Amino acid sequence: MTTIDILEETYAALSGNKVRSGLTMLGIVIGIGSVIAMVSIGQGAQTSIQSSIQSIGSNLVLVLPGAQRGPGAGVSTGRGAARTLTQSDADAIVKKVTTAKAVAPEITGRYQVTAKGLNTNTSVVGTTASYPSVRNLEIDEGVFISDQNNSSLSKVAVIGPTTRNDLFASGTEALGQTIRIKGIEFKVIGITKAKGGSGFGSQDDMIFIPLTSAQRFLAGSQYVTTISVQAQSAELMTNIQTQITDLLLARHKITDPTQADFTVLNQADIVATASSITSTFTILLAAVAGISLVVGGIGIMNMMLTTVTERTREIGLRKAIGARNADISIQFLVEAVMLTFIGGIIGVLLGLSISYIITSLGILTTSVSLSSILLAFGVSALIGIVFGYYPARRAASLSPIDALRFE
Amino acid sequence: MIEIKDVTKTYQTGDIEFQALKGVSFTIKDGEFVAIMGPSGSGKSTLMHILGALDTPSSGTYFLDGKDVSTLSDDELADIRKDHIGFVFQSFNLLPRTTVLRNVMLPLIYAGMDKPERKRLAVAALKAAGLGESHFFHLSNQLSGGQIQRVAIARALVNNPSLILADEPTGNLDSKTSEVVLATFQQLNKDQGHTIILITHERDVAEHAKRIIFIKDGAIVEDSMTHKRKTLTTPL
Repeated sequence: MTTIDILEETYAALSGNKVRSGLTMLGIVIGIGSVIAMVSIGQGAQTSIQSSIQSIGSNLVLVLPGAQRGPGAGVSTGRGAARTLTQSDADAIVKKVTTAKAVAPEITGRYQVTAKGLNTNTSVVGTTASYPSVRNLEIDEGVFISDQNNSSLSKVAVIGPTTRNDLFASGTEALGQTIRIKGIEFKVIGITKAKGGSGFGSQDDMIFIPLTSAQRFLAGSQYVTTISVQAQSAELMTNIQTQITDLLLARHKITDPTQADFTVLNQADIVATASSITSTFTILLAAVAGISLVVGGIGIMNMMLTTVTERTREIGLRKAIGARNADISIQFLVEAVMLTFIGGIIGVLLGLSISYIITSLGILTTSVSLSSILLAFGVSALIGIVFGYYPARRAASLSPIDALRFE
Repeated sequence: MIEIKDVTKTYQTGDIEFQALKGVSFTIKDGEFVAIMGPSGSGKSTLMHILGALDTPSSGTYFLDGKDVSTLSDDELADIRKDHIGFVFQSFNLLPRTTVLRNVMLPLIYAGMDKPERKRLAVAALKAAGLGESHFFHLSNQLSGGQIQRVAIARALVNNPSLILADEPTGNLDSKTSEVVLATFQQLNKDQGHTIILITHERDVAEHAKRIIFIKDGAIVEDSMTHKRKTLTTPL
């Protein structure tokens, strides 16, 4: 029996009962389709979370005030409340940590902001001129805060696009206008470009003012809430993290690193944590979809067993005219594999369409990887072999005499 | 050439032993047309299974064209059936939803023949069995009983077997169609020299053969030439 003969026999057998073949295939179609769709959603979510973390800056090391929390340590006080980092700490980092590309200290607070009757409550960030380069911030209109603004305690503000929309009616020119933060007037000198994204620091709804002005007029103290340090390259990030930790421990006169009154966060660590969370979700989604694939496989086995019983006389006849046991078992195995294979192809198309629809509806930018398609194909063929093997063996082991007599 | 010597077949069901064949011996030469006749339970089906290489005897020997078939494995028996034996069954056993031509070509698939050759042989066999060309692409369920049995005969002929085994070939046919089918066997035997063994329980049917082996209770009780052989009176 040649391969073409086997395929022809398979086609004849499967097309002989199209409805049943189709319904049996449906189990595999749904299984494979959902595996591909789920994995693409999971990977899309992973990419989206990673890019939103990357959007806060690249090669970033964040120094935050407050007690460092080790594993199993008790509850610490809130970071915002702690006042342990100062302007001079930031200056020291600039001076001592030579591998740092840029250092941007900031002091953040939420204040009521008003402009011509419209008002909003948003984050006000006091910072320096290096902030845009550290945090990947781009200016759409006007200019960002300069060193000059900082040294002269200027009352100027750069606002995010969301804030602009909240404070100014559409069509109104925001540049040059005056806004009131905590009752103090600031002149708008720039508007940042929309970055999109949310979660880890959406910078679209923010107001930036000179650090010195924020310390003097809004916070009334010399403390800073965050020092963002940009490393020259990704490889230097861990090195910088250690350098800053050592430097600040020395400056704060703390000998036991577990008692540190600040936290040094490495952006790579945040990305790694987020990745591990999303990949766990991807595995979870794929596992749920995988269960439906197994159920589909059992459907195949069920149909093949029914087919073997129904076609007992045919099996008897084939044996009587010279088919060997192997010919019979190959024929039934190929039928099962063909069902899962065709089901797999349709399932891949279904999965691709689902992820395309999800992307085009703007829910999430999904990403279908070639490996998940190949895996789905491999699994569907494997299911065909595993669940087709038992019925095929049963068909082949029938005695021709009994099979011919079967009513 | 078929040589059966002291063939026995014993079936074991639990503790009960049943001897279906109790030492059967005969020789059938090439080109003979033999009917094996007997009432139900006589062992003729068991004998048919052994002759058709579907089963092996418990003891004794079976030589088909000089080859000992009695001790072969399942796969070797399958090869014997493929190359030497053509079956015609009472219930036809055509593949449903399959064309006449494909049904007849089926045995050749297992013989590993290429497609044009298969088709050529199938057409020749169908013509020899007396089925008109207009039916070649009909599905098996679009044919009458007599036509179906002709397709089954063509399928048995297609691999040019040394032996055609017909198991109650007229059992499901009316008497007129039976006559036609039996006449086809006679013609195949006479014109093309095919060796045919007809298994039946009806004397009427058996009398179309040249020789009748009568078995009862697992043993041959009579082996004789037909004196007044029945032939079809009306032409095909």
